[in-house]
Amino acid sequence: MPWPIDALPYPFELGFMQRALVASVVVGVFAPMIGTFVVQKKMSLIGDGIGHLAFAGVGAGLVAGVSPIWAALVVAIAGALGIEWLRSRRTASGDLALALFFYSGIAAGVVLVSLGGGFDASLLTYLFGQPLTVNDQEIAIIVGLGGAIVAAMLVLRRGLFAVVTDEDWSRVAGLPVGLLNTVLAVIVAASVVAAMRIVGLLLVAAMMVLPVASGQLLARSFRGTLWWSVAIGVASVVAGLAASRIWGLAPGGTIVLISGAIFVVVALIRRARIPKLQAEGAGL
Amino acid sequence: MREPLARTHTLIEAKGVSFGYGRQPVLEDVDLEVRAGEFVALVGPNGSGKSTLLRVLLGSLDPSSGTVRLFGEPPSRFADRARIGYVPQRPVLDSEVPATVEEIVTTGRLARRGWWRPLHRDDHEQVGHALDSVGLGDLASQPLNELSGGQQQRAFIARAFAGEPDLLVLDEPIAGVDAESQRRFRDSITHLIEEHGAGVLLVSHELSAVASDLDRVVVLKRRVVFDGPPAELAASGVSLGVHPEDLPLWLEELR
Repeated sequence: MPWPIDALPYPFELGFMQRALVASVVVGVFAPMIGTFVVQKKMSLIGDGIGHLAFAGVGAGLVAGVSPIWAALVVAIAGALGIEWLRSRRTASGDLALALFFYSGIAAGVVLVSLGGGFDASLLTYLFGQPLTVNDQEIAIIVGLGGAIVAAMLVLRRGLFAVVTDEDWSRVAGLPVGLLNTVLAVIVAASVVAAMRIVGLLLVAAMMVLPVASGQLLARSFRGTLWWSVAIGVASVVAGLAASRIWGLAPGGTIVLISGAIFVVVALIRRARIPKLQAEGAGL
Repeated sequence: MREPLARTHTLIEAKGVSFGYGRQPVLEDVDLEVRAGEFVALVGPNGSGKSTLLRVLLGSLDPSSGTVRLFGEPPSRFADRARIGYVPQRPVLDSEVPATVEEIVTTGRLARRGWWRPLHRDDHEQVGHALDSVGLGDLASQPLNELSGGQQQRAFIARAFAGEPDLLVLDEPIAGVDAESQRRFRDSITHLIEEHGAGVLLVSHELSAVASDLDRVVVLKRRVVFDGPPAELAASGVSLGVHPEDLPLWLEELR
């Protein structure tokens, strides 16, 4: 693809910023979208746990000499299936299952990366993200995975909503609870890997959860929360990239901080408005 | 709208069902049948095995002995789950993300339509009917967790209604809800039975609102100690109109 596209103004006028913008906006769409279902399922930290597993995949890729992204995808999906298996068999609580994989993943990652001699600056791009250096091949992977994630969510959203909202009822109603939970776990794993070059494995869960935390304060429905979360996710990545260029900040962390700042502002506004709305409701 | 089932049609049937948790027996040799158009209440003292029996009947638990049939098939092989409407025992929905009453009730259509298929106009019409039947039509766009406990329970009943069930199973659906909600509950249940020929199995201690509509009462104390019309139960000294906290105590005395 010929970069830069002339129409975009500062701070997105350069090719590397435009590549970062495209990849980040895709992440800003799908991460909060999947996050809305994950938060409703009360597994907000699953992205964090799978992120640590994906780190083991990055290490395995470095040792084996294959692409860290594809190795991370395989390990993340396998780990997500393992977490879901433990949770569904109630062998361990969702929280404990996450912790088991969380610590095993990060430990395996450290050992594998040391074996592969990969403790260098490139490792930091997976841990903390670096959208400003994504190349066309990585953009293709992020857009491809992101498109598949969004398409899957649009097809599965009704069944997933029923299952994450009321799993016991869904089972009696004959919905394929096990299948939908498994698909959701695989989608989370794919999301973690697709987002890791943008915000990093250590911060990827934040992009799934923080926009949703704001969205559920602004909306009064699940659908409304989902679209508010996507809008806030996109706004966060665009503002985060712009701020990182203007002030020379780390883009992954800046994106997440802006998402957190949006939550603080929304929560304060809502808190200020509730007494007013209650007064209006009481006819005062 | 589907044709009502013939009243001779057996919807749910348990024969000689026993179940235990470890060595602790919970159900012993239980027989139970609900036919189309029947309104059956399942009552019993606290810890008598009612919720366990429901789980066995719905296929969530396998009996240690005896047989269960849902619409003539073993629960594990019964695939047409849309024919069962289920209202679980639950005070409120613990939802992290706001979900409207309509969004919750619409999930009741998924088993009948196919969870992956787009919903059609008639699905939305059926959701509207279900909401109206429990008196929540005006609150469809409200977040469920902003409603009272009674209104939330009516939303769960509407979710069950939305699937146009042939069999409705309710586990303590009106525990602690207000009189208005109980009246609405009674009206919607009798409507489902009379207009659609559905069978209803209700587990509850609060039977005063529906006592006059019941066809049979089944008293469970690990085994079935009574199965017959409410009038016969009344003749044995148990009144369904008593306060819900007293009914389990009355049933303790029944042999």
